[in-house]
Parts: sequence; C-alpha cells; structure tokens
Amino acid sequence: MTQSHITANFFNAISDFKKQVDWVGLKFYSEKTTRHVIRNENPESHATQLDQGIMVEVMSGGHLGYAATSDLTPEGLARAFQKAKALTNQASYFKATEFSYEQRPASRGNFQSPYLHRLDTLATEEIVNVLMKASQSLKVSDKIVSRIAAAMLVETQIQYISSSGAEWTQNFDMVGTHYTATAQDTKNIQVRSTGNSLQIGAEAFRGLNVLELCEITGSEAMELLEAENCPTDTMDLLLAPDQMQLQIHESIGHPLELDRILGDERNYAGWSFIKPEDFGKLQYGSQLLNVVFDPTEAGQLASYAFDDTGNPATREYLIKDGKLLRGLGGLESQKRLGILGVANQRASSWNRAPIDRMANINIEPGDGELDEMIGSVKRGLLMKTNRSWSIDDYRNKFQFGCEYGQLIEDGKLTRTVKNPNYRGKTLQFWNSLKAVGNAKTYENHGSPYCGKGEPNQIIRVAHSSPYCLFSNIEVFGGLS
Amino acid sequence: MSQREVFNHIAHALIKDLQQDETLTVDFRGEETDYVRWNQSKIRQNTSVSQKKISLTLQKAGRRLRKSFSAQGFKEWDLIEARKLLQEARQEALTLPLDPYLVEIANHGTSEAYFPGNLNTGEDLITAIAQPSAAYDMAGLYAGGSIEVGNCNSKGQNHWFANESFFMDYSLYNGERAVKSCYAGFKWSQKEFATSLKQAGEQLAMMKSPLKKLKPGKYKVYLAPAAVADLSGMFSWGALSYRAYKTGSCALKKLQEGEREFSTKFSVKENFNLGLTPRFNDLGELAPENLILIKKGRLEQLLVSSRSAKEYTSPGNDANSDEAPRALEIAPGLLAKENILKELGTGLFVSNLHYLNWSDRQNARVTGMTRYACLWVENGEIIAPIEDMRFDVSLFDILGEGLLEVTEFQEIDPSVDTYFQRALGGKNTPGLLIKDFNFTL
Repeated sequence: MTQSHITANFFNAISDFKKQVDWVGLKFYSEKTTRHVIRNENPESHATQLDQGIMVEVMSGGHLGYAATSDLTPEGLARAFQKAKALTNQASYFKATEFSYEQRPASRGNFQSPYLHRLDTLATEEIVNVLMKASQSLKVSDKIVSRIAAAMLVETQIQYISSSGAEWTQNFDMVGTHYTATAQDTKNIQVRSTGNSLQIGAEAFRGLNVLELCEITGSEAMELLEAENCPTDTMDLLLAPDQMQLQIHESIGHPLELDRILGDERNYAGWSFIKPEDFGKLQYGSQLLNVVFDPTEAGQLASYAFDDTGNPATREYLIKDGKLLRGLGGLESQKRLGILGVANQRASSWNRAPIDRMANINIEPGDGELDEMIGSVKRGLLMKTNRSWSIDDYRNKFQFGCEYGQLIEDGKLTRTVKNPNYRGKTLQFWNSLKAVGNAKTYENHGSPYCGKGEPNQIIRVAHSSPYCLFSNIEVFGGLS
Repeated sequence: MSQREVFNHIAHALIKDLQQDETLTVDFRGEETDYVRWNQSKIRQNTSVSQKKISLTLQKAGRRLRKSFSAQGFKEWDLIEARKLLQEARQEALTLPLDPYLVEIANHGTSEAYFPGNLNTGEDLITAIAQPSAAYDMAGLYAGGSIEVGNCNSKGQNHWFANESFFMDYSLYNGERAVKSCYAGFKWSQKEFATSLKQAGEQLAMMKSPLKKLKPGKYKVYLAPAAVADLSGMFSWGALSYRAYKTGSCALKKLQEGEREFSTKFSVKENFNLGLTPRFNDLGELAPENLILIKKGRLEQLLVSSRSAKEYTSPGNDANSDEAPRALEIAPGLLAKENILKELGTGLFVSNLHYLNWSDRQNARVTGMTRYACLWVENGEIIAPIEDMRFDVSLFDILGEGLLEVTEFQEIDPSVDTYFQRALGGKNTPGLLIKDFNFTL
C-alpha cells in the first residue's frame, strides 16, 4: 500500500471518526532501517527492516488514548479507531488528568533533515566496502583480536493529520556508525571505539576520515594494553565531549523530564530528585553551565520541526548561568504541572504513545582554550569515551567509566591510564564545573539508544558539548 | 484463516520461488496487546497494539541477509511484499563478501505449543485494576494479550508458539518509600491480584520508620530473589557467551579458564521447562530442556551458537545468536524463608537492584544501586528502610567466598520488557545471603 493510498484513507476516515469522539489524530509512520556489521573483515550480519504502521489517537471524556496497527488498510484503520475509542471511553473514568485540544495544536508544515545525497543512492556494496576497509584499519597489530565496523542507515517518514486541523509531515535520513577495536595480550584486554549518529545523507560514507579514525582507535587500544591502572584519588577531571554526552544525558536530561517529576516513570526508570518548585530557583551547576534544549540545530540526531503532538520545536534554555529554568516536558506535562516546558513529547515509533523525551540537549561553549584548561590542572585526569554507566532512580548518585584516560600532571598530559572511572552526586558534580571549553572544542554526539517508558521505548537523542573541567572528583581504576 | 495458516501460506509460496542455490528461513512475530499505564492509581495512557512482522533470511551462494517487514495479516498482500523483498535480497546477496561462518539451514524439526489464557478486556480490564488499587499510590504497567511466534525454513522445519498472557508490573509508593511487585500469568484472577496488592501494601507499611543513612563500606546482605534476578541480568551481557569469550568481552573469562571459581553453593542452568519461552532459537534449533552452565561454582559450558561453533570449531549447544540465557535458573540451596533474617543477623535486606553495569568487565565487577524495599536489619530484626546506596562488587567475590547461603525457594521473574514488542522469557532465582558486599556511595 502506497503512502498516497494511506493519506487518502486518512482524509476519508477522519471526517467519520471525528463524529464519534471529542478529537482524533492519525499518524502514519514508515521507517526503513538497514544494518551492516563487519567483524574481523568478515561479514557478520546484513539486515533491513521496513517498519510501518498507523497510530490512532482519540480524546474522549478529556482523556487521550491510543491504538496502533500494522494493518494499513481502511478496515485496519477503522478497527484501530474502534479499539482506541472503546478502551479510551472506559479509561476516561479513571484518567490521571483532564486534557483538551490545547495539548494537540493544529500545526501545519514539513521537515526534512539535511543531506547532500539521499541515502537510497548508496548501494549495499559501497557501504560494505567502507566497513571492510574500516575493519582492516582497526587492525594495527595482531593483538587487535576483535575489530567491529558497523553502520545503521535509517529513513523515516511521518505523516500526521488531526480532526482539529493539524497536517504535518517530517522526513528524517540518519546514519549511525560504530567502530571498535579490542586489544588483548596475555594479561590484559582493552577496548577502544569511535563513531557517531547524525542526521545526514549518503555523504556519511564518502570522503570522510573514517579510516584514519579507525587507525587511531586501534592504536589507542594497543596503548591501553601497556597502560597503568587509573589511580584511586580525588582530583580534577577533564571530560571530552564524547563522555560529556553521557554525563549530560544521565544527570541533566533525565532528571529534568517532567513526566519523571510527575511520577509516570516511577515503576520503571525512576523518579527525579528535582521538585516542581526548583524551576527558576535551583543552582544546578556553577555559573559556567549553560544548557539548551535545541531540536533546531541542523544535522543533530534529534532535530525536528514538531514533536509527536504537533508542538512546534524551539530552542530553549534549560539551565542558564547554572540556574535551573525549564523542564523537559511537552504540552501534557506542562498542563499537569503548570510550569514551562519544551516541545519534546515524542514516540519511538507508530506503536507507542508520545512521552517526554530528550532531544538535542547541548552545553553551550565557554571561553576555555583546551591547552589552557589542561595547563590549569596541577594533578588531574582526562577521560574519553564512555564504557560504563549507572545512576540511581532519582538521578543523583552516579558512577561512570571511560575507555581511555590520561593523567594531567603540572599542567601537562603525561601517562595514559586504563580502566578510568569516576563517581559523584549530580548537583555537587555540576557545581564543581570550573572551566568550559570554547567553540573549537565543541563536538556533537548522537545516540540512537535512549530507553524509557512503559511500554518501553527507545528513542534518538544527541548532546553537543565542549570539553569541561571539574574539580575534586572521586576517580578510580580497575583491579590490577 | 488463522494467522498461522497465513504465515504457512506465505512461507511455502516463498520457498517454492527459491532458486537452486538458495535456502530460506521465514520468521513471524505477532502480538495483540493492551497496554495500560498507571500513575497514582489512575490511567496515564492506554495503548492497544496490533502488530505483525515477517522476516526472511536468505542464504545464497555463501552469503546471508535478512529482510523484515510489517505485515498486514492478509496472505495476498503480505505475499506481494515478501516476494518483493526476496527479490531484493537475492540481488543484494551477490554484492556481499562471502561469509565463512555461514551456518547451513537445516531441518531441526517441528514443534507446536499453545498456552491459552483468560484475560480481561475493555471495561473489565480497567476496573479490575482501578478498583482494588484505589487505596494505594500505584504506578505501573498492565500488558496483556496474545503473542504468536513462527519459524519455518526451506528444509522443512516448522515451529509455532503462541500464548495469551499478561503482567501487571507495579510499584506502591508512600512518599518516596516504595515497594515493587509483579502479578503475571495466563489467567487473570481478581483474588490473586488483590492478594498481590495486599502483600505489597503490607511490605510498604513496614517502611514507615525514618530512613537510615549508611556509610560506604562492606556489609552483610540478603539479596531477595528479585534482586538476584536483577543481578543475574548481567549474565545476559556477554558473561556467558562463547563468542564474547573469544573476542575479549566475556566477564567470566577467569571462570572459563579456571582462574577463579564461584562458591560450590552456586549453580546456573537454562531450564526451558519453566515454559516461559519457546525452546527453538532464531535458527529453529531446539535447545535441550536443561542445559547446565555453572555447576557447584565451576563453569560447565558457555552458550555457543551454531555460528560460533563453526567459527571457533567448538561444539555448539543451540544457543541463540546473541548467546544470552533465555530461561535462566539459579539452583536453590538450603536457607529456609523463616531463617533469612536470623541468618542475616545485622546487615541489609535488599529487595531490588537498579541500573547495573560492568565497572571492570575483566574482573566481573558490577556497579549498581539498591532500590525499593531495602531494609536495615539488626540482630535479625528489621530496624528501618535505608537511603539507597551504590555498590561496586566483583561477581567472583560475592558469588565466591562471599556467598554464605542460598534460599531453598526460588521465584519466577517474568520478563516485562516491552521494547518494540512484548518479550517472552524470564528467570527463576533464589535469594542469596552474601558477606562483605561493597557499598561505595
């Protein structure tokens, strides 16, 4: 069934549906995901999935309910509508909150993620050739016992109409790559990896420095084999942007989600140490900390024009000069809590209801030159690339590990250390921020894997950040 | 026409289309599920999902690739899409490099299993939960409906598994004090759900005392079966995978090589008699009903898929391609339920763990948090709930010399994962009494 058939079905059906409920929205979602994995210069897997379905949203008795189906026929759409209507009618007697049309704005427009060349211009052979060469480049030594080069290409189309006049489409082309080298000798095993996830076209595989990056990655894995263990101490900690991604995500993004603060997530990912009254008052971090919610930054993995309720996306400060200003909550959470939020109510696919999610959550660059930041440290550590993450259900006590560390002694990077870990408490940690790198140190990192929600949903997020320097952080290594 | 008949029709039509150098596996996964999300014992969101997916795995001239699509459930339409994808796969296969570890498709037999249920729908579903939970602050998820899984191939293999099941995975809250419970099964019983709620409510009532704040350090702990299920989730993260062992990411490498041992009180097996998941894997191979992995502290075998078996010239044991346990069971011991607090003496009763991750994989070191009803116990008496603590422990320590006792009872921990679709499977775990459990923050 073609998209034009489905569109025609939608417009035919909605005039009938809207007579039976207070409001109805129809979404068609089509996503083609292609994955290629090469391991040790041999094919590991090649898979393509075409995931398509319809989500019917209805409002009845002030309650929003949903039914989703992979049956794209007019009959399938009608069955989903009847299912949504029946269960939502019943559920409305026990609803958590009274909603209205205001939570589903009548937005109109289109979004297309940026690209130079469409992803469908890439032949499988071309991608696999790049990955095979990447796998070879990771092999800088016979001690690199495992070399993985993986790519995921995603093409998504979303079309949405509602009985109150919303009509929008969004198209996304995305590429994720991951390259991993595992080095092993008689005593040690160490892993080093690189890669990224972006909104981008076929150019992701053309003319970039993938092979050079893979050689560096393999060499650093070898370097770690010979490295000493990370010391156990309390010292300055300089985090590279690829670790800042995780730090932002776990200890700023999740605690600021308004649905967590409202308790929706208590049975799964958890609650939050942030209270509604903290917004506008709490000094979340040092005055150097400026954090924005920005789905408008072109090319970041979680950019869009509208969230899944049709709320137009805008750039907003979450934290400015260290002070907490705004939460990560869509129109439903904003109505429930009566505080400022953002356009972030998103669904992972056609078969899940939209909930409050991160999108692009970025730390603004400061004025620190990287050399000067390192130069300011008497004794500290630089850590790069996350390898372990854990935080409590209120998003307070965390422990993160990295792949690669370097000691900073008397203002200079000296020895490489393996198994670097650090731990801390969220507010204490962000208030110990003492230098923020400038725009030259700023990098964008995306991840396709943020899990949350009941039923569970995995969604794409991105976090740009400069290098950031923190004081008095508890660091430690592995067992010798 | 039943969904199974539609699936068989499509699969057989595709198999007829195959060329001489081609073999094909066809998989089906479908669900009709009502999801109802609760907060403060009210309905936050209700989502009914009807989804079907067909996957084709083509092997041609020493290459392999997989194509999947969302199916409509109508044999004519789905066959058109399937044939289109088969043709695409055929053309793409020849552009791929040869796969030296390709496992030839074989006929691993035929199986059929159906576990019918008795589930609530519509108004009954909602009132059955809303009314008894109204006395509590409850957050959670009800998921219930049918799941169908099919697998057949061009060598004649044919498997079908279907069930109608539900779970109500929930937490009860009193301010920030909380307890966790899960009521799951095939037939909803209002009486059983009420009992589940009542027991959770009684547990919550025990948590009224002020929170006790512990200093970091080593404590004696009792991990309840749910906490052990959380901990044993780490076994799914490369720890028992032969491929992970050969590629440097197996956390139990030292166990495999005999450098470390667990306590003789600790044994682990795959037990498909639990009936939580089909025995056939993604190649259609039928795993043994019982497969011993760790016996009295020593590793008997890792999970080895047929692909790993071919790559490393090692015997396989019909593991899934991800080489993670599918029906994990930890053997019971001798500690009676009524003696748990007495044997714990002074220490921590830990009901659940949260957000575990390897902090040093090569030494099987795990970090994570305590969560829900974790209690400070002195001289065998419950004193107070604790403020949640971060731990960092090596499995070699806590399941080795640190393991004091294993309970004589086990509890089923059904999988409540709902990423993409409602999961099958679960674990069967006892409680563990452990000394010197290291808390760090």
